[in-house]
Amino acid sequence: MAFGQGRSGGRGRSGDKKGGDKAQGQRRTLFRRRKVCKFCADKIDDINYKDVKLIGPFVPERGKVLPRRISGTCAMHQRKLQTAIKRARQIALIPYVTD
Amino acid sequence: MANRQYELVYILPPDSTEQQVAEVHEQLEGVVSRLNGTIDKTENWGRKRLAYEIAHHKEGVYVLDVISGGGELMKEVDRRFRVLDQVIRHMIVRVDEERKVVERTRTKRQAESERRRVKRGLPPVRQPGEGRATDLDDMDDDHFDQAEV
Repeated sequence: MAFGQGRSGGRGRSGDKKGGDKAQGQRRTLFRRRKVCKFCADKIDDINYKDVKLIGPFVPERGKVLPRRISGTCAMHQRKLQTAIKRARQIALIPYVTD
Repeated sequence: MANRQYELVYILPPDSTEQQVAEVHEQLEGVVSRLNGTIDKTENWGRKRLAYEIAHHKEGVYVLDVISGGGELMKEVDRRFRVLDQVIRHMIVRVDEERKVVERTRTKRQAESERRRVKRGLPPVRQPGEGRATDLDDMDDDHFDQAEV
């Protein structure tokens, strides 16, 4: 199926546990929770560069932009997030690099 | 023409006094009014930690101004702020267009949800106590459990 496990979008917590008991430890890739775009789910229209609390989770320790494949953000919101992060960097709200 | 809106954020050294902050603001006001613009809002965020050092400062006083005016005005403001040594960093962003888009999507979504609710024979606005209660168990941010960058 197109949705990986074919489960109802990772929402079914109880379902996850049922299947998880058997194959635990060998191939946990099978039971990955389906990623949802945070901004679509929470209906956040405006990704503002001043809102460090909102952007913060998308900038990991190293200071890079968290890729879509990990965060699950949709293309449109990733684009907006990207400009917001770049602006926040300019006025030193978010680091360019940290090591 | 002059109905564009911009946001100007600038950072002053952490040891600058109230008076110095006011001075810079006065200068800005002068330029803006001379070129027929208006300052719609001024916000002083106070002293904040900088994410990285700027001119050997680890902290800075942040000031945000929302300015309406034309592009020529902002060009002049930008030039001035480049020259001012009291300002260690500044940034100008145009905001009116983005705001319009945000408002449009918001009203669109609201209209759509109202339309669907009416179609289902419900009142257009969600009533208190309706629907599933928010599942607090699901609220935690385990989005990035396997973040590896």
